[in-house]
Amino acid sequence: MTVITDALCPFCGCLCDDISVVVEDNKIVDVKNACKIGASKIRGHHRIKSPMIRDDKNSDFKEVSYDEAIDKAAQILAGSKRALLYGWASALCEAHKKGILLAEELGAVIDNTATVCHAPSALAIHEKGVPTATLGQIKNRADVVIFWGCNPVHSHPRHMGRYSVFPRGFFSGKGRRGRKIIVVDVRKTNTAGIADEYVEIQQGSDYLIISALRAILSGHEDVVPESVGGVARKDLLRIAAILKEAKFGTLFFGMGLTQSKSRYKNIDNAISLVTELNSFNKFIMMPMRGHYNVTGFGQVCTWETGFATAVDFSSGAPYYNPGETAANDLLYRKEVDAAMIIAGDAGAHFPANSVRELAKIPVVQVDPYWNPTTEVANVVIPSAISGVELEGTAYRMDGVSLRMRKMIEPEHLADEEILDRLIARVREIRGE
Amino acid sequence: MELLIKNAAVYDPVNGIKGDRTDVSIKDGKIVDKVSSGCTGIDAGGRLVMAGGVDAHSHIAGSKVNVGRLMRPEDSRAGIKPRTKTTRPCTGYTVPNVYAMGYRYANMGYTTVFEAAQAIMKARHTHEELEEIPIIDKGALTLFGSNWPTMDFVRENDMDKLAAYVSWGLLASRGFGIKVVNPGGGEMWGFGKNVTGLDDVVPEFEVTPSQIITSLMKVNEMLGLPHSVHLHCNNLGKPGNYTTTLESMKLAKQVKAGKDRQVMHVTHLTFNAWGGTNWGDFESRADEIAKYLNNNDNVTTDMGQLIFGNATTMTADGPVQYANAKLLHAKWGNGDVELEDSSGVVPITYVKQISIHAIMWAIGLELALLTDDPYKVLLTTDHPNGGPFVNYPEVIALLMSNRKRQEEIATLHKAVHSQTKIPGIDRELDFNDIAIMTRAGTSKVLGLLEHGKGHLGIGADADISIYDIKPDEIDPSAEHSKIKSAFSSAAYTIKGGEIVARDGEITATPAGRTFWVDAKVPQSHTDEMMKDIRAKFKNYYSINLANYMVQDAYVTHQNVIKAGVGTAASEVD
Amino acid sequence: MALKITLITGRTINQGVSIENKTGQDYLKATACCELNSKNIGILGREPGSNVRVKTDYGEVVVTLKENEGNPDSIGFIPMGPWANAVVDPDTRGCGMPGFKGIPADVEVTDDKVLLMKELIAGYK
Repeated sequence: MTVITDALCPFCGCLCDDISVVVEDNKIVDVKNACKIGASKIRGHHRIKSPMIRDDKNSDFKEVSYDEAIDKAAQILAGSKRALLYGWASALCEAHKKGILLAEELGAVIDNTATVCHAPSALAIHEKGVPTATLGQIKNRADVVIFWGCNPVHSHPRHMGRYSVFPRGFFSGKGRRGRKIIVVDVRKTNTAGIADEYVEIQQGSDYLIISALRAILSGHEDVVPESVGGVARKDLLRIAAILKEAKFGTLFFGMGLTQSKSRYKNIDNAISLVTELNSFNKFIMMPMRGHYNVTGFGQVCTWETGFATAVDFSSGAPYYNPGETAANDLLYRKEVDAAMIIAGDAGAHFPANSVRELAKIPVVQVDPYWNPTTEVANVVIPSAISGVELEGTAYRMDGVSLRMRKMIEPEHLADEEILDRLIARVREIRGE
Repeated sequence: MELLIKNAAVYDPVNGIKGDRTDVSIKDGKIVDKVSSGCTGIDAGGRLVMAGGVDAHSHIAGSKVNVGRLMRPEDSRAGIKPRTKTTRPCTGYTVPNVYAMGYRYANMGYTTVFEAAQAIMKARHTHEELEEIPIIDKGALTLFGSNWPTMDFVRENDMDKLAAYVSWGLLASRGFGIKVVNPGGGEMWGFGKNVTGLDDVVPEFEVTPSQIITSLMKVNEMLGLPHSVHLHCNNLGKPGNYTTTLESMKLAKQVKAGKDRQVMHVTHLTFNAWGGTNWGDFESRADEIAKYLNNNDNVTTDMGQLIFGNATTMTADGPVQYANAKLLHAKWGNGDVELEDSSGVVPITYVKQISIHAIMWAIGLELALLTDDPYKVLLTTDHPNGGPFVNYPEVIALLMSNRKRQEEIATLHKAVHSQTKIPGIDRELDFNDIAIMTRAGTSKVLGLLEHGKGHLGIGADADISIYDIKPDEIDPSAEHSKIKSAFSSAAYTIKGGEIVARDGEITATPAGRTFWVDAKVPQSHTDEMMKDIRAKFKNYYSINLANYMVQDAYVTHQNVIKAGVGTAASEVD
Repeated sequence: MALKITLITGRTINQGVSIENKTGQDYLKATACCELNSKNIGILGREPGSNVRVKTDYGEVVVTLKENEGNPDSIGFIPMGPWANAVVDPDTRGCGMPGFKGIPADVEVTDDKVLLMKELIAGYK
């Protein structure tokens, strides 16, 4: 029996690094400190046992060797004119690097799960910048914390305990009692349940509310009507006063902003709000990143290609224009002629229209688990679980990079090795 | 593997060679005295040969560089070049992708570059990028100036613990030296505040910038680190800040160098040799800084030369970046790191007809031209703050040609005449001066001469650049455009004995090495210091101590320089 | 009778717990449901646990009714996953992000069964 301490949790963007696991006979028999979701991921689920292939997506898979599956996958990708390499959020940065190289080799488009998560936040950052900080700054200093369109009780269960609501820090010795928690949402979530101020807004009116707050803070409260997006003017005035009086404020935001009407413009407006609040005090913001290493893909892709995601290599040089080169746009326009879905589940998390399109084209899946993407795949290559069976780099939601620990020995190939072999085979097929 | 460069017009200031026609022999990546007769040869044909360029201050990797890229897709779109059989695709001008960083430096004949600032907590990220920058050797300076342990140990006046912390922090970050940015201000920016001078007291920590700088200089010498304290002064970006800069420089007198080098390197003077009291009476006081440098030997500087056009400012000086963003109405990136420092990223375009920018352009040049000894003013643009490093050839041409400077001055805002001395300075630097400012001097300031960088003596790294210039035939003053073009794309760049670039094309992309410093202190000091560090992790950091330090996996080609308490004295003897 | 709602989709803790086990019953239970408040459920005249059909301009899907008093009137919530995605707006409006929140939808009672994951995806092939 071995106990591995200070292990990192491979589930959400909190990337909690205080997990202990007990291992017996290469099996995880106990998980300590993790939340319900993290423990579930670490303990594991049914796995895809063997590589599989099929030509007809309505027929059953045939189990094959890794070599055969990788060859088939390489044939598909090498024969494509406009391949999409999508997923990456549950893979390590070391795999991201190989993925980008494969995209270069193929002249493919590479996109990650941020495309249905925080890619709009990147678009807003392009316009306005990004005033942020590491999570420990919030733990040690924050006296006002806003959760806007996010529900960490469900999606990031230990966030509030470790970083944002309850912890005591150097300047925040009172912990929860010293912090004012504001939740802005369209429905009273469990997170709203613990807030000091719950602001319920009409769905899709985030942009209006942010604008109203900005108007009040810039001394133009006279232009704010009696009610904005379902929120009474007097409530907006009270919230604005809280923001203004904060010593260190933080705005955490989620899909409530990126996926609602106005999409990235909501974030754009929120960045302006936060920037302007710095005239009064210190205020920062942070996207609540979902997968544990969705941030890492953005980092690697940015330093390797200059762009965070949705990078099109068809010209040999990186080209980026979400709305044109993002996964769902490509599928909507039926441009893609082959796809590799790796460490992400487009089948489950893309709109039906996109999944229908994937069902029409050759699809390679690299994943540990059987999921809706498997249902539309022609080649399935089972992979080891990064952060449980493989060590390597991941980036926390605040951009702090950490090294994931290996807990048990893998029985399947690592993403990195699968990609290495795919790249080598693609080069052979293309005669390079 | 052997290589012989014949008929080279060598400029190697460290070895006193000033354009002598000679051969350079290379074997197994090092300079040797001779090679076998049949080995591969390059006929330099009397062209200029120098050691590979060494950059002592450039922002090439890490969190804030990537924030710059993320904030600026317009910049990434500016430098696009498709992949080739040898090279990966390139993007960016002010914030190039990792590949472009390596290729562009190599094309200019540069082979060693130091990243100027990494927070320990984000050092893993810095090294991830450094690992992917091809060809060049590199290292990173580690921020210590606002770290809570630093301020605690300074307050307690416990230099043993501070030395132990620096030693441990360099190991944790695989860092090369001590970087201090707006000391104390990084902490105060945590609440949106800043220090205003060297004697302001940082709340809760009860120390002053002056104490932080002095203490870090002392432990730097106790540890015998190759480089000195590398200081970004307080009040950067404020008119009148040259007085703070001079006061900071004077602090160096309190500390004796443990090695044959400065005890303080003050960086990017373009941003902190400012006179005046506001933007209206803003003026250059580079002359005052140069005067100080001419009379004192324990301080070095670099230019941080401004380049007209687009730049991305990025620094651990968080408050100055917020001020910049407000002033310029520009997009603002802020990235404070718990217990360690702040940071900010703001794009800017330097415009010839904006008085402030014209004056700033003059400051870097004035400093270099008014300071007698080129070993005291290194050539940098504080990439990408003053402008991207690809403009070094422009700076070289400006330094070598008064004619070019006058042509440029004629296009600038008239304030350059009233607020700077540059129009009346006729000094023109020669190839030896340039070799110092870009090789010998940068290497000496970094403490890398003895580690084979910045010169062509026997045993040095075979990092060599050959430029398409015949020193005995060219008149740099008149033919400044030839100078600029030759330094822009080396005829040959040789890295570790391998030809990596030829006439602007990358020919090979070996992995470079990462320099970091392993400085030993008595174990008992480390043990005492770690009690404090453990408490910091237990109570304040948001990660566990066990996950903090950069692992070996992130420095796969390392060059570890040993230092530590006691080593400096023995080496000086 | 159809109840007109504004549909949003998003994470829940049980969706997260079962996300790596999408062939399992837990995942089906966690994600193939539509949360409405009791007043809205009352309008439909069915009990929580019974099935409803959610229809939008982009598709329709059968899910189980679930009570959530946190939802204001006429706000329906389906946890993210294949059932939610059967009815979301695929148009990114030119910015890469489909319309996962704020979709006008009709909810009506049905006796049709909730499709299993495999059955649901099979419909796309």
